[in-house]
Amino acid sequence: MARNREGLVLLVDVGPAMHSVLPDVEKTCSLLMQKKLIYNKFDEVGIIVFGTQETENELARDIGGYDNIWVLRNIKVVDELVIDRVKQLPRGTVAGDFLDALIVGMDMLIKTYGAGQRGKKRLCLITNAASPTKDPFEGTKDEQVSTIAAKMAAEGIKMESIVMKADPSVDVDEKIIEENDHLLSLLSNNAIAKTVYVESPLSLLGALKTRRVAPVTLFRGDLEINPSMKIKVWVYKKVAEERLPSLKMYSDKAPPSDKFAKHEVKIDYDYKVNEETSEALAPEERIKGFRYGPHVIPISPDEMETLKFKTEKGMKLLGFTDASNILRHYYMKDVNIVVPDPSKEKSVIAVSAIAREMKQSNKVAIVRCVWRNGQGNVVVGVLTPNVSERDDTPDSFYFNVLPFAEDIREFPFPSFSRLPASWKPDEQQQAVADNLVKMLDLAPSPKEEVLKPELTPNPVLQRFYEYLELKSRSTDAALPPMDEAFKRIMEQDPELSSNTKSIMDTFRGSFEVKENPKLRKASKRMLRDKPSGSDDEDNRMITYNANENNVDTVGDANPVQDFEAMISRRDGNDWVNKAISEMKKRVVKLVEDSSTTDKALECLLALRKACVLEQEPKQFNEFLNHLHELCQERKLSHFLEHFTSKKITLIPKSEAADSDVVDEKAGDFTVKEEPNLES
Amino acid sequence: MELDPEDVFRDEDEDPESQFFQEKEASKEFVVYLIDASPKMFSSTCPSEDEKQESHFHIAVSCIAQSLKSHIINRFNDEIAICFFNTREKKNLQELNGVYVFNDPQRECIDRPTARLIKDFDVIEESFIENIGSQNGIVSDSRENSLYSALWVAQALLRKGSSKTADKRIFLFTNEDDPFGSMRISVKEDMTRTTLQRAKDAQDLGISIELLPLSHPDKQFDISLFYKDLIGLNGDELTEFMPSVGQKLEDMKDQLKKRVLAKRIAKRITFMICDGVSIELNGYALLRPATPGTITWLDSTTNLPIKVERSYVCADTGAIMQEPIQRIQPYINQNVMFTAAELSELKKITTGHLRLLGFKPLSCLKDYHNMKPSTFLYPTDKEVIGSTRAFIALHRSMIQLGRFAVAFYGGTTPPRLVALVAQDEIESDGGQVEPPGMNMIYLPYSNDIRDIEELHSKPGVAAPRASDDQLKKASALMRRLELKDFSVCQFANPALQRHYAMLQAIALDQEDIGETRDETLPDKEGMNRPTVVKAIEEFKESIYGDDSEEESDSGAKEKSRKRKAADAGDYDFVELAKSGKLKDLTVVELKTYLTANSLPLGGKKDALINRILAHLSK
Repeated sequence: MARNREGLVLLVDVGPAMHSVLPDVEKTCSLLMQKKLIYNKFDEVGIIVFGTQETENELARDIGGYDNIWVLRNIKVVDELVIDRVKQLPRGTVAGDFLDALIVGMDMLIKTYGAGQRGKKRLCLITNAASPTKDPFEGTKDEQVSTIAAKMAAEGIKMESIVMKADPSVDVDEKIIEENDHLLSLLSNNAIAKTVYVESPLSLLGALKTRRVAPVTLFRGDLEINPSMKIKVWVYKKVAEERLPSLKMYSDKAPPSDKFAKHEVKIDYDYKVNEETSEALAPEERIKGFRYGPHVIPISPDEMETLKFKTEKGMKLLGFTDASNILRHYYMKDVNIVVPDPSKEKSVIAVSAIAREMKQSNKVAIVRCVWRNGQGNVVVGVLTPNVSERDDTPDSFYFNVLPFAEDIREFPFPSFSRLPASWKPDEQQQAVADNLVKMLDLAPSPKEEVLKPELTPNPVLQRFYEYLELKSRSTDAALPPMDEAFKRIMEQDPELSSNTKSIMDTFRGSFEVKENPKLRKASKRMLRDKPSGSDDEDNRMITYNANENNVDTVGDANPVQDFEAMISRRDGNDWVNKAISEMKKRVVKLVEDSSTTDKALECLLALRKACVLEQEPKQFNEFLNHLHELCQERKLSHFLEHFTSKKITLIPKSEAADSDVVDEKAGDFTVKEEPNLES
Repeated sequence: MELDPEDVFRDEDEDPESQFFQEKEASKEFVVYLIDASPKMFSSTCPSEDEKQESHFHIAVSCIAQSLKSHIINRFNDEIAICFFNTREKKNLQELNGVYVFNDPQRECIDRPTARLIKDFDVIEESFIENIGSQNGIVSDSRENSLYSALWVAQALLRKGSSKTADKRIFLFTNEDDPFGSMRISVKEDMTRTTLQRAKDAQDLGISIELLPLSHPDKQFDISLFYKDLIGLNGDELTEFMPSVGQKLEDMKDQLKKRVLAKRIAKRITFMICDGVSIELNGYALLRPATPGTITWLDSTTNLPIKVERSYVCADTGAIMQEPIQRIQPYINQNVMFTAAELSELKKITTGHLRLLGFKPLSCLKDYHNMKPSTFLYPTDKEVIGSTRAFIALHRSMIQLGRFAVAFYGGTTPPRLVALVAQDEIESDGGQVEPPGMNMIYLPYSNDIRDIEELHSKPGVAAPRASDDQLKKASALMRRLELKDFSVCQFANPALQRHYAMLQAIALDQEDIGETRDETLPDKEGMNRPTVVKAIEEFKESIYGDDSEEESDSGAKEKSRKRKAADAGDYDFVELAKSGKLKDLTVVELKTYLTANSLPLGGKKDALINRILAHLSK
């Protein structure tokens, strides 16, 4: 086994008490194997189940005992078979002994790899730890576990235990669980081991780190307090997004007969002076430019090199400040961790002193960092203490990037206290909200916190790997539905919501929300920069009593209201145009009937106003010209006479920029014969 | 369905949110800076940062200069104009007295800011009196009204562009709260009426007028005398939206900075509190890393932009092809194929809504629970009436109880669990420091978190910890190195500043670009104060002891060297060399020997073998 390969033995409890969760165990294990097949193809895996009727392991053969432990697969390089194996774990019939299984697994690792490969050997135990363990031949269980732990530490075997919390409805022996918890904690304290307790299938899927990434330092050097006092530190990523694998593009151009076709696609970039020419510019014929105002400023590589900001690798302390000075939402990126150089004991102590004192006095440190020499920029960030709860783990700092002045966009928002009283909750409503915030509780006690980020898997990745597996078996496999377990992050926990049902009902009753029935696109835009307070009052003024806004014609009875309702509809793009054309028809009808002159004028004014708001001056101007001609043709000039008194004019440029009509001409319209406005 | 394959296949690198902030033509802004240049602006002063007295005119001009620089960097599509009123000279298309439109001859009256304009404006104060001159334009017997004229000119400038696609604003700087105060009452009424009408006309055209008043040290700018009507404020709003502008230059700059950036909603978000209660929120990206902008390739002889064409070439046949719609993932001896549509479907696991899941105490939100910059949430009743009320109620409860909300947010790729942390409003003399609302913090998934601590644990071996004395010294050190008045946004990004200084210098053909001050370096002077030096020395001594220069290795390094030697020892290199079997080892295995013996690791396998042989033969 070479560098950066891992040997893993899975120890899965398949006893009767585990049956209900085994489908999820199979899922998480198969995800682990799939990722190994893609990212760590040379990793080796063995699988042991315990709690089975069958017994099949080397220790049982050689020295006896170790019953009900079945080695499904000896340690070997991951392959497609391993997926099938973990997807179809046998269902056991007896209660298994996890300590025995642990010894079998350890034995396998040691026999395969010997004493070398420290830290590359890993055991993963999945159990509910509810079955009793056998007493050892000699000594106590504690002693036995301590021996195992010491052996694991000596061999450099890492271990993680994922323990399904027992369902309290099932009869379980509290004493056994307590003892097992104690034994597991003994292991954790004395070996490189950790124990994770999970309660839901979701956290089971999240508990196992399925993607193995070799941690790489992004900085090794000095944390400089001042030029004479330096602490040696290493910096790693603490958080980094796990992404979908980068899929390659596929070319289907190669003839089907070509057995050796790679089906790869290359991407070429051509730099051309303009679109017509086929001539490409050579690299030395082009130069980088940056936008500066309306200009693009060319900068040659030489200029860039001599003029650019130069940095020197290092972490420099700027000072300390109160933790309350750095609000949580200023953290800009994924998080780094700063650990003392493990070979420098004094640095470990120095970090410990500062971290502990920071925690004690609620302070944080501000540092300026350049991770690499020649890096083009600096970062300013905050160190917060990470005081270790485990004795064998050195104290460290978390590092978060803080924003520069240029990164902040400060907008003022209205104070809640200054909003109108009708927008604010009253005492009774506040009490209801308090109750909801208290009772819809995801962390009733620190130990029982649910939806911990540490235990929450990424639903999209889960689905991708599931789909990948299906597709590998059948090309036209359908996309699988979202796994049931993920409902717990996408919806409220049904159990929690049913417990808090009365609170939810009260909340619903106290906080009535309703859709704003009418919303004018235009007024929304005009008022965008005003505070939301004034905004909506205006909106309400143009709210009419039509119960539902599904007006699609401008009727005879209330044409103006119909029109305004219609033009403010937002369930489609062309309601504005439809409304305008409906209104035009209505106006023409009204004009033709000489008894409805007032109504016609009213409609025309509404149309004009709307066309200004919607910036549709042409539609109105053309229509007005048309109307003008029409009236003259049909001797309806009594209607035209009202234009001046009602101030009906063409819409000039000053009212709507798109208009072709200059301001002075807008008024002329009614008196003079129309020149050539219609285009 | 519209499908952009690039977008679908892109590996979550780009948050669609960030694209929102790339400037689009549709969201451009037209701004006229209208500056009162009356003699009063020159004679009134305010204390500046370093306690010097600065004239109001200087304050206004330097605010605008700073604002112009941010326009050219961040929002180069915006078009701006600078216009003085109450000037001796006149320069405007309307030929109105007392109004002077300041411009760079190469620009249109209202245009995108250029390097030249910024440079000229930077030094405008030197020549202002001589070239433009200050002269009160409102004189009772002449019926001249420079404020009226100024608004007219500004409105005319802003005629450009459709108000459909652009925001149009006038920023008015003045220290005269009662411009017609000295008039006879009838004239005053008349002038007030016409001026207000002028302002109203502008507002009716979708132009908003924003006032940046400058106060006299002994007399507060009284907005109720005249300007409240001009900018259309009534009763309540008066106190709400006219926070008392401080008298300092910095406050003014701050005010302008906040107002110049139009408030942009990054996203409308539906927040589902429980079944039947969904409220409407607006998400704002208040914090996003500023970057030097994208590179445009130019032809090096003409400096004209060139066309970049991307072509896809089949590696097997060399044929140029359309962008392929299929992607492959090698998996167990085969290539599994996905189409763009399948991948996009796969990622669509939820609607884009924000779904409340429950609440936790703030202590559950760890410092490493962070993926990317937060998003600020503020309620709106625009579409759902009652949103603000429900939001405020939750906001208050969360602050009161010290809890944050956990929610699932489908609006990012991939969808994430988020923490909603309620933020109370924080105000200072200069205005709002933190707006009230909730900050949405993106939480990592389990596989995004790495267990580095475990890697650095030595099982059963207690890690060294600081002693009480060392803690005491650390405490003294921290007290001495306390940063006074630290605020997160106090540093300018030195790399970015340098970049823009460089662009400006090249744009204006300047030889010297000057030094950009790196504010992020430690305060040398402060660090060298004897008390500070002493505290650091004492801390150092408590950790490193007297022998302070070089820290002694605690032996681990030696151990690691030994380990490497032991690894190499897995093979008997002497035996292998003799039998000529070194070549059967892998490069990695060969390197273990080289590492263990501190030999160079470079070169091909043959070189490595030769190096080992040479070493063995010594």
